[in-house]
Amino acid sequence: MVNHQTADLDRVFSALVDPTRRAILARLEVEDSLSIGALAEPFAIKLPAVMKHLDVLGHAGLITRSKHGRTVDVRLAPQPLREAVDWLARYERFWSPALDRLVAYAEAEEARAAEETGE
Amino acid sequence: MTGFTLVRRIAARPSIVFEALTTADGIAAWWGPDDLPVVSAEIDPRVGGAYRVHFPSQGGGDHEAVGEILEIDPPSRLVMTYSYSFGGEPAEAGRVSRIEIDLKPVTGGVELTFTHTGLADAVSMASHTRGWTGAFDKLVRKFGEIAG
Repeated sequence: MVNHQTADLDRVFSALVDPTRRAILARLEVEDSLSIGALAEPFAIKLPAVMKHLDVLGHAGLITRSKHGRTVDVRLAPQPLREAVDWLARYERFWSPALDRLVAYAEAEEARAAEETGE
Repeated sequence: MTGFTLVRRIAARPSIVFEALTTADGIAAWWGPDDLPVVSAEIDPRVGGAYRVHFPSQGGGDHEAVGEILEIDPPSRLVMTYSYSFGGEPAEAGRVSRIEIDLKPVTGGVELTFTHTGLADAVSMASHTRGWTGAFDKLVRKFGEIAG
């Protein structure tokens, strides 16, 4: 059975691997909404290449596109990124208390070793 | 940022910390998400050697983490693969990620840097790019705050 959640996360992470796509997301974060032309402007790549990046971002659910007359407005859709961050945070919540116990254990071992050698 | 990094300062000599990371008794003393005792731990501390840690989690979870040692350089560096032979979370089934632990001597002890990467297949495949820019970190922080 396909794990949909995992497939979605893979799409988000693979969309985020590309620096141009991250730059697009970073701009949308501050600009609220931009036309495709305005989005493409700062990049040294042609419009079709930008469209391709937008397709990948759209497929990952990271942006939404809406048509207004002759222009297409692009907006950031934060939910998938939130889910990706939550997913990473779960691992962090797993390891953080374990490392705290590692610190306590190693320090107790150190105290014992110091006592044995009379340091 | 294909994963995350945690840093701890430990008031112990590097060799003692390294033993805590690379012996069965050491691992059994700290591994796991909560204070429940580890069921069993095994490790063959050499390149290509395997480790296996069977541990419970609160709420009745039963998990076994397994992996292979990729690099071992006592007392400063340990790199290993990480996956579950059973348990774990459904989203992790079949995934192999990577843990890197570096120990750096500091005044009064050692600084431990723990990095867990390759947490998604796509990221793992593209890990050579490593080019996570400030923009993405900013996004992650922003949405991390919202999510938290």
